Amino acid sequence: MHKGTRIIAFIAVFLIIATMPFLANHGQASADPEVSLDTPAVNEMPVKQCIEPLQDMRSEHMQILDSWRDRVVREGQTTYVNSVGQPYEMSLDETCLSCHSNREQFCDSCHSYSGVDVYCWSCHDGASNNSNGGVE
Amino acid sequence: MRKRDDQQTKAYESHSLKRRDFLKAALATGAVGLGGAALLRFISPADTEAADWGSPNALGAKHWGLVIDVEKLNRFANFSQIIEACHAHHNVPAVNDPKTEVKWIWQDDFEHCFEELDNAYLSEDIKAQEFLVLCNHCENPSCVRVCPTQATFKRDDGIVCMDYHRCIGCRFCMTGCPYNARSLNFFDPRPYIKEIDPDYPTRTQGVVEKCTLCVERIDQGLPPYCVEASNGAIVFGDLADPESDVRQALQSGLSIRRKAELGAGPSVYYLIGGGVPAVAGGELNA
Repeated sequence: MHKGTRIIAFIAVFLIIATMPFLANHGQASADPEVSLDTPAVNEMPVKQCIEPLQDMRSEHMQILDSWRDRVVREGQTTYVNSVGQPYEMSLDETCLSCHSNREQFCDSCHSYSGVDVYCWSCHDGASNNSNGGVE
Repeated sequence: MRKRDDQQTKAYESHSLKRRDFLKAALATGAVGLGGAALLRFISPADTEAADWGSPNALGAKHWGLVIDVEKLNRFANFSQIIEACHAHHNVPAVNDPKTEVKWIWQDDFEHCFEELDNAYLSEDIKAQEFLVLCNHCENPSCVRVCPTQATFKRDDGIVCMDYHRCIGCRFCMTGCPYNARSLNFFDPRPYIKEIDPDYPTRTQGVVEKCTLCVERIDQGLPPYCVEASNGAIVFGDLADPESDVRQALQSGLSIRRKAELGAGPSVYYLIGGGVPAVAGGELNA
């Protein structure tokens, strides 16, 4: 073991540096995101049902929005028919945000938990994102 | 070792298909696939019902265009009202610096709108006229040709549209457009908007914007804002339809287009007037 001590010492240093993020954050897991459905529009609904089943919305809302965007902007379509034949206007502002008007408690809670930086708000939802302050 | 090789060969032979068997299997798989597709179409009627995705109110046309009656415009229309109607509803920022300003529709005089038609002895009346200029929604839009991301594109009804989501702010289209109808957002436009209309998205820093011929209103069955605010001075309709309002208006006299000689095929016509009714039978030749 020529220079064995040094090798072992540097392996130890390397391991400490490599595992530093895990060691530093150990036992500090942030709480699960809380998604609030407490908005006037949602409370008024007799059956609290989004445009598609909950699981599909959770996992695929981004694909739905992406396809809505292309269909509205590029193909001039306006109506989305969901899996049970119910029509909806394809509009982030008019359809999604009319119910989910609590952006900070709904959209942002999951997005900031998972480190997703969406830039929808730099153009959409003008009423709530100008100098008047955030969503109430 | 030898024994193992034998075993492998045997296994290989037993798994290999004969040519005939392979073809049979391929045919069977193909038949199942085709049948499955037909079955899927049968069991999901929602897809077929929704074949028409557009709004039932949407206006349809082959080639949307505008005819601006210059005399009516100068007599009866309020320029700033028209510009304001467009800019307020579309959240167009009011930047005062001409280098960074954003405009969808604006006002200019004959000399600047029709420089190639200008001459030294041009009628003072014509010189005094003011014009409204906007995106010409060209038939061969050079902005669309140069856009590297297809963020700007031409719809089937002739409207040259912007997909701000795709715009990377390269400004090729601003260079390509012969009418200077495009503006870049050099900075966040929101502080420059007097009152944000919540029904229409704003733009963001680094995207190019321009007149969209109120495509969102046309898709809902409404005319563009400028047409609505013009007191009848701007006519809107399908240039491909000989019976349409625009074509009827064009029949009434001389009309000119901006820089038509460039071949872009602008769809905004300026009606100058002065038309003389056609003489029946041709009296001059008689």
